[in-house]
Amino acid sequence: MNFRSLPGGSKAPALLCAGPALLCAIVSVAILLFARGLASQGVAQPSPLTLLAKEGRRVIPVSLINDQEFVALDDLAPIFQLTVREESLALTVSYKGKIIVLTSDQGLASVAGKLVSLPAPPTRVGRRWLVPLEFISRALAPIYDTRLELRKASHLLIAGDLRVPQVTVRYEPVGTAARLTVDATPRATSTVSQDNDRLTIKFDADALDIAISPLPPLPSQGVLQGVRVLDPVALAVDLGPRFAGLKASTQPVDQTMRLVIDLLSTQTPTETAGPVPAPPPPAAPAPDLSALNQPVSAVRTIAIDPGHGGDDEGAKGDGGVKEKDVTLSVARRVKASIEARLGIRVMLTRDDDRNVPLDERTAVANNNKADLFISLHANASLRKSAVGVSIFSVAFDQAAEQAARLTLAPERLPTFNGGLRDIELVPWDLAQIGHIDQSIELATILERQFHDRIALSPRPIVRAPLRVLESANMPAVLVEMGYLTNPDQEKQLAGADFQNAVVQAVFEAVLKFRDALDQGRLAAAGGTP
Amino acid sequence: MTPRRALAVSAVSAVAAAAAALAWLFFIGLPRWYGGPAKAAAAPAPVQVPAGRKIKARLFYVAADGSSLTSVERDVAYGEGTAGQAKEIVNAQIAPVTEPLLSAVPPGTTLRALFVTANGEAYVDFSREITAAHPGGSLDELLTVYTIVNALTVNLPAVSAVQVLVNGMEVDTLAGHVDLRHPLAKNLAWVQ
Repeated sequence: MNFRSLPGGSKAPALLCAGPALLCAIVSVAILLFARGLASQGVAQPSPLTLLAKEGRRVIPVSLINDQEFVALDDLAPIFQLTVREESLALTVSYKGKIIVLTSDQGLASVAGKLVSLPAPPTRVGRRWLVPLEFISRALAPIYDTRLELRKASHLLIAGDLRVPQVTVRYEPVGTAARLTVDATPRATSTVSQDNDRLTIKFDADALDIAISPLPPLPSQGVLQGVRVLDPVALAVDLGPRFAGLKASTQPVDQTMRLVIDLLSTQTPTETAGPVPAPPPPAAPAPDLSALNQPVSAVRTIAIDPGHGGDDEGAKGDGGVKEKDVTLSVARRVKASIEARLGIRVMLTRDDDRNVPLDERTAVANNNKADLFISLHANASLRKSAVGVSIFSVAFDQAAEQAARLTLAPERLPTFNGGLRDIELVPWDLAQIGHIDQSIELATILERQFHDRIALSPRPIVRAPLRVLESANMPAVLVEMGYLTNPDQEKQLAGADFQNAVVQAVFEAVLKFRDALDQGRLAAAGGTP
Repeated sequence: MTPRRALAVSAVSAVAAAAAALAWLFFIGLPRWYGGPAKAAAAPAPVQVPAGRKIKARLFYVAADGSSLTSVERDVAYGEGTAGQAKEIVNAQIAPVTEPLLSAVPPGTTLRALFVTANGEAYVDFSREITAAHPGGSLDELLTVYTIVNALTVNLPAVSAVQVLVNGMEVDTLAGHVDLRHPLAKNLAWVQ
């Protein structure tokens, strides 16, 4: 397929990308976004279909008939080298000897001898035959030489092996700061660069399938002015006067590459722009949502580790409930709860049924600078009567711990610019040593939250040399939620009520730990044995 | 016998007797007088252990609450040296038991090898059943590990720490929880 070699006499009002590619692309994207904007406002005119191919872009008009979107065969024919023939009771569309037969009164098509369904029969408008959009994906794509992918929701038609990730942008205010979450599916890497008052997010892709959620009203003196499309593979983030810096991190989540940009604010909680305003009228208590109005917290990212996975099923109850399934289910609930109610980013070390090595689990937390690490597990005992929650923090061998503490002393090392800098070198396997006190504190807070909700085990707080905690460079605990080997508790662990009780306990514990940390009520990192 | 022949026989006998006396003197008498005691210390005659000789040892089993260990004093076969005794203790510890005792070591587990270093670290190599047949869970895994660690460190003062190997290899964990990459010291917090 070569658009530029097509005869210019196409009767369709298609935009031929003969001009400078960049200008053409901007116009196309602008048209696409503008059209989407119109659609979102309820105007009946449907947005056109944008065809993306290696040769460039072009738009194909779309008509709306009885709430069904149609494209004209006249428009498709020159682009895809189709021959359309009208016969008495049928339309015949041929491509390189392969035949599609459509009948005017049925939502069916014969595609190279195979019958496929269409949401509506072809419709004649004047002298033009219109076919439903799905004609492209269900009838044309199976016989076409090049891969055709129709993304109906975004009105994109992708021809060939182009990398066109779906990109979504979410904005969350966090006190006077803000967080942008940019998801690219399938995974596409991106780079973030700053140029004065603008950030540019450039994707390693051929084009973007973009949906920017409408941003809430932004304060004119805040950290963010807006997000817009900069070019076919880049977004621009316009920064506000309060912007003080940023922290960006990426993490793969299933087929998505998630980019999180925290925009830090120069504004402190005590700053006021003018006279002290009158105190607001008393409002109904809303402890969950009030967290969004707090200043930037010391706990901004949490890693939740659903234990086991894949061929490592973990413990298993007599009723068939597997530890790996319970931990994943609870982890997803915890993530949804904390992200929605606290505005804290939550990363899962796995979000599907796969085996993740222990070091990789802590690497997700360490590399993304998580502020807490919580590993979720379900217990097993040879005595079926054993029940209850246990919370573990790490215990190191005394000799190893003493040796490691010596290495925690900062070492003065030369830097590239010729100076010297104190660098703290922490052995990977002993990274937790500096956080033991806070981990024990987190375990204690968790125990208090579990106490009123779920039965505690006879040993609710335990210290042990648990492998997955040793490498975590942040406060870290492992929660054994209950015993799968106890028949009653096995049923509970698989149920939503019990899982939600666990989620609520973890949520409250995170909230209380964060508050204690923010208010300076916890020991600083660098715990004692 | 003629006198001449009798004289010859006497001479041969005398020479043989003298040779025997010399042989005794060189190979038995002199060594006893000069080097005897040192040689005896370097290579003592094997101690004749009476068949069925036993020692008393504390072995560890899952307590009634399922979340800790309980110790039981048992007769264990005598073993020669620290490593020999350690093998006997481990074999007694992993032997099948009946109720009310319950072993935290998975059934079918066998001891493949055991050695003790000069600084008192015991390396205990088990068959793969110790992981393959393990029921999982942090608690069960801790009880399994500290059953072995405590059985050796409590009963043998010469053993200060224990590292569990599986099929001759170092392992990260038995079932995904307890770090086994280093020798572990005695921990009686797990014992009631």
